[in-house]
Amino acid sequence: MKILVPIKRVVDYNVKVRPKADESGVDLNNVKMAINPFCEIAVEEAVRLKEAGSATEIIAVTVGATNTQEQLRTALALGADRAILVETDIEVEPLGISKVLKAIVEKESPDLIIMGKQAIDGDNNQTGQMLAALMGYPQATFASELKISDNKAEVIREVDGGLQTISINLPAVVTSDLRLNEPRYASLPNIMKAKQKQLDVINSGDLGVDLNPRISTVKVSPPPEREAGIIVESVDQLVEKLKNEAKVIS
Amino acid sequence: MTALVIAEHDNNELKVSTQNTISAALKIEDDIHILVAGLNCNSVAEEAATCEGVSKILYVDSSEYENFLAENMSSLIKNISTDYSSILAPSTTNGKNYMPRVAALMDVSQVSDIISVESEDTFQRPIYAGSCIATVKSSDSVKVITVRTTAFDASPKGTGSAEILKLEEVNDAGLSQFIKDELAKSDRPELTAAEIVISGGRGMQNGDNFSLLEGIADKLGAAIGASRAAVDSGFVPNDYQVGQTGKIVAPDLYIAVGISGAIQHLAGMKDSKVIVAINKDEDAPIFQVADYGLVADLFTALPEMESKI
Ligand SMILES: Cc1cc2nc3c(=O)[nH]c(=O)nc-3n(C[C@H](O)[C@H](O)[C@H](O)COP(=O)(O)OP(=O)(O)OC[C@H]3O[C@@H](n4cnc5c(N)ncnc54)[C@H](O)[C@@H]3O)c2cc1C
Repeated sequence: MKILVPIKRVVDYNVKVRPKADESGVDLNNVKMAINPFCEIAVEEAVRLKEAGSATEIIAVTVGATNTQEQLRTALALGADRAILVETDIEVEPLGISKVLKAIVEKESPDLIIMGKQAIDGDNNQTGQMLAALMGYPQATFASELKISDNKAEVIREVDGGLQTISINLPAVVTSDLRLNEPRYASLPNIMKAKQKQLDVINSGDLGVDLNPRISTVKVSPPPEREAGIIVESVDQLVEKLKNEAKVIS
Repeated sequence: MTALVIAEHDNNELKVSTQNTISAALKIEDDIHILVAGLNCNSVAEEAATCEGVSKILYVDSSEYENFLAENMSSLIKNISTDYSSILAPSTTNGKNYMPRVAALMDVSQVSDIISVESEDTFQRPIYAGSCIATVKSSDSVKVITVRTTAFDASPKGTGSAEILKLEEVNDAGLSQFIKDELAKSDRPELTAAEIVISGGRGMQNGDNFSLLEGIADKLGAAIGASRAAVDSGFVPNDYQVGQTGKIVAPDLYIAVGISGAIQHLAGMKDSKVIVAINKDEDAPIFQVADYGLVADLFTALPEMESKI
């Protein structure tokens, strides 16, 4: 079984992101970048399937600028076998990304695509579903458990009311939730080895895919500030304030 | 023009998130149709027909929609999409599951999780766990949108009288199969609809200690939530998680107990009207968003609070 793992380079989740002063976008000057946490979980899941003997090859792919090779190397260090960068300098929307991924899927014919349920920058939660739609594949989003057997995947999904189990035919798209696994740390030898692994660069223009944005950003502003509150001295005072000042309990 | 709102329901009753979504849709279009797709969900269609501002219910009753599988739902929505200029669903796990699929089938970019409607094509949405608010403009001829329900009041229900149109639409993609649901049963209000929420974090130490929150929740009629750390540690089930990647809540009162206040948690609760934080670390970031902070050991503060409310 061949697994394709699309990943994204994002601002590290520990960074507090702010809008630019002129509100033209997000201030990304000198911020630490990392592989999107959900994508890391997706890579880990693929590596575990390979370790368990269910998968034979793992290909990591991303769409972005030259520097996204860093995150592909991370994926390779975690255990992906080879990587593909579809290079572009424009910021591509989930719809465009899924069209690029469709072209890669058609080329590589993976049996399974595992990817993050959302990227922590745009918080869109779209790309996996869109790729599944474009390919006519089934999808299992927000996965917290994945089992493969007989050309099918049984997936436990995290839903609003609890958990849902579905079975999907392969090939399929699975998107990872936080509790699918806990990713390992790449070991130093594996980081060194990753530097030798194959990383192909494709120019996005060569795929003949329409990447033109449909959504434009008018401005990016800070969220409304909450007014500073007070520290109460005791439970008594807290209860008194909630009753008489905030009037939220009776 | 007309907007199509996809109803959120459980084949028995209409969920309030549908009414929040109608409110958002009414800011874009003046006529609203609702799609009620499911199995044996006639009562839902009738309930939806009483929503104000809605002129028509498209009602589809067939086994392939019983569990709202994305493949079947998205083909259905795409097939009936032709007459609409916008299609909206709440940002529930159902909406998040099938709406991007609908968008891709229609070759449209989805606008996820809107918190305000600026004009018929311009919307605001949080990005970076709510650290920034983006105002975005869609150039697609049809807008496919998911709605953050806490940002829109529920539009009234009970007085409208929309026409119910039954459709025979069969779309079994045959690609996926529902096996089972394991849904939490609770007498407490639903987390996303509750007026008061009390949440526990890693500071609760284990699942048994959540009984300290339950006592207070019972007295206040509150729902119980949790941080990711509490869910990951197995204290409580996944459906308790509040945050960037869990549920978004905005109750009148949110009480955070033993929660440090990571940005990913704040993303899910900082629009609450009144926030209380109980934490033994006076430097915990949660105090920066709290209206009332109590620096205390939760194991003494919670029993005392329960006895005093
Ligand atoms: C991609 C991604 C997505 C995420 N999504 C979410 C999300 O949706 N929701 C979410 O919550 N988190 C999310 N997180 C995790 C988030 O970053 C934090 O790790 C998490 O919120 C921490 O949970 P916590 O506050 O319970 O634990 P901690 O940060 O460990 O805080 C525990 C707090 O309890 C206090 N405490 C301990 N003992 C006591 C006591 N006896 N009395 C009083 N106080 C006590 C401590 O002082 C401390 O402040 C996400 C992280 C990532 C990377």
